[in-house]
Amino acid sequence: MAAKASRAAFGEALIDLGARDERIVTVDADLSKSTMTAGFAKKYPGRAFNVGIAESGMIGLAAGLALTGRIPFACSFACFLVGRFETIRVSVAYSDAPVKLVGTHVGVAIGEDGYTQMGLEDIACLRSLPNIPIVQPADEIETRQAVAYAVEHAGPIYLRLTRQGLEPVHDAAYRFQFGKADVLRPGNDVSILATGGTLWNTLEAARRLATEGIQAEVLNVATIKPLDEEGIVRSAGRTGHVVTVEDHSINGGLGSAVAEVLAEVMPTPLKRIGVTTFGESGDPKALYARHGLDSEGIAGTVRKFLAR
Amino acid sequence: MANPDVPKLEAIAREGRVQIIRMLTHAGSGHPGGSLSVIDILATLYFHRMRYDPARPHWEDRDRFVLSKGHCVPAQYYCMARAGFFPMDRLVTLRKLGSPLQGHPDRVALPGIEAATGSLGQGISVAVGMALGLKLAGKASRVYCVIGDGETQEGQVWESLMSAPKLGAPDHHLDNLCVILDYNGIQLDGFVKKILDLEPITDKLKAFGWAVVEVNGHDIAQVDKALDQAEATKGGPTFVVAHTVKGKGVSFMENDPEWHGKAPKPEEAVRAIREIVGEPVPSWAQPVIAELSALGKK
Repeated sequence: MAAKASRAAFGEALIDLGARDERIVTVDADLSKSTMTAGFAKKYPGRAFNVGIAESGMIGLAAGLALTGRIPFACSFACFLVGRFETIRVSVAYSDAPVKLVGTHVGVAIGEDGYTQMGLEDIACLRSLPNIPIVQPADEIETRQAVAYAVEHAGPIYLRLTRQGLEPVHDAAYRFQFGKADVLRPGNDVSILATGGTLWNTLEAARRLATEGIQAEVLNVATIKPLDEEGIVRSAGRTGHVVTVEDHSINGGLGSAVAEVLAEVMPTPLKRIGVTTFGESGDPKALYARHGLDSEGIAGTVRKFLAR
Repeated sequence: MANPDVPKLEAIAREGRVQIIRMLTHAGSGHPGGSLSVIDILATLYFHRMRYDPARPHWEDRDRFVLSKGHCVPAQYYCMARAGFFPMDRLVTLRKLGSPLQGHPDRVALPGIEAATGSLGQGISVAVGMALGLKLAGKASRVYCVIGDGETQEGQVWESLMSAPKLGAPDHHLDNLCVILDYNGIQLDGFVKKILDLEPITDKLKAFGWAVVEVNGHDIAQVDKALDQAEATKGGPTFVVAHTVKGKGVSFMENDPEWHGKAPKPEEAVRAIREIVGEPVPSWAQPVIAELSALGKK
């Protein structure tokens, strides 16, 4: 399989799911060509609603649709969607409206558009709400299954999707399990927990480290909330060192979630890799290098962490 | 729809005013002004217009009501209790720990509440979504949403005002939606006209594509007639501009911004209730007066 953006896999999956369940509808705020729901809108024009550039209204509309029996996917760039946090907080979360929130264009990997378009705080914001799970698939096959899961999930849920293509990290037999981290590579020296667009680089880093005699265990944490405490603690217990990798603010994301679990259950040395500043314009690959999210950067951080 | 029994609805609203004062006095906090301005509208909706079944609050074919100005929920709690969603004696648990009668509406805690509101501007968006969802489901149910005038300053309100007349076209126009503005002229910090005037509101709404009806929001026959008109209007939603008086029915609360968000003390409550029910005090109001008088002596 070739690299595919998780937003593209989402758009395709939604068309398939839409054929099976007519309750599925999309709501967009003038970004359907970017969130990739445009295909769904073309196939099912009576079930796709574009409210214009009005994200708060879009989220409220989705809540009303969900409370009257539809299964709405409310889609925008993650920063614009979760930027309307107050509407998510009250009309979706507190009302327990089963809206499927879809935030695309996450992280510095969107590249040239720069910081104002980058979803870098969405996990931190949504983690603070009691009833909205956060799922970030790592490749096409996982995305398709995560979208299908979102339809089945009884309550609200957030899918975090990338603009950039994602190299496959799973084989065709992979089965996504909500709330479970999956081990992509076994190892005994360090546990590297990565999510979304950083998975491929993390695996590359693990391969580099292996040539130096460091056996890294790589876990794909697709479900960031609720976190797979058992799986993470099991791995950390064996390796004694944990590194997290995410294209998100270093505050409040996967790294913070893992830190909370380890601190409460089994204090373990931890190094978080993530974005420590605002983002900026640039080539996505160059940005990953700048923020230490390329394979070289990840390998270097792990090396230094183990040698400290 | 048949003509309303106006004296009956007026009596319900009068009792509602008494219960609002009682609830807020027990709670020691809350919003009397806007609850008193909206109660005649709610009495008309709950006891003449809306189809619902308190025994089956999630009945699929029910009409939906969203109180976007969620701080005035005591008026709705009274209507719900009187309609049989929960016992009347639970009204005094308003705002107390463990009560489903939260300070602002909680959909999960209290069946019959359709959406959590009170973060202003959101309820109207949710109501628009409900109207669309019901149309898509082929339901004949109607959606009523009450918004505040201060609330109408929220940008999110205007997002909905812009989209609702156009949404659902061509097969699912939202003519099942009726938004009612409780236009009492006062918000927390003072008079709406001084803080951020909405005028000319009807011109704005018409320009946005709404069918607009203006009424005196305390005249139940007028309110009901407007809702008739809304129901008869096809091809889009209707907006009822209901001119009201903040604190209506209690002379010392009327048109005074001080009473936007302050509970009466027991002695003030007794004075208010005596004004609302008049002389001689009807038998049903006597225990309330006795109860609140006792509360004041504690």
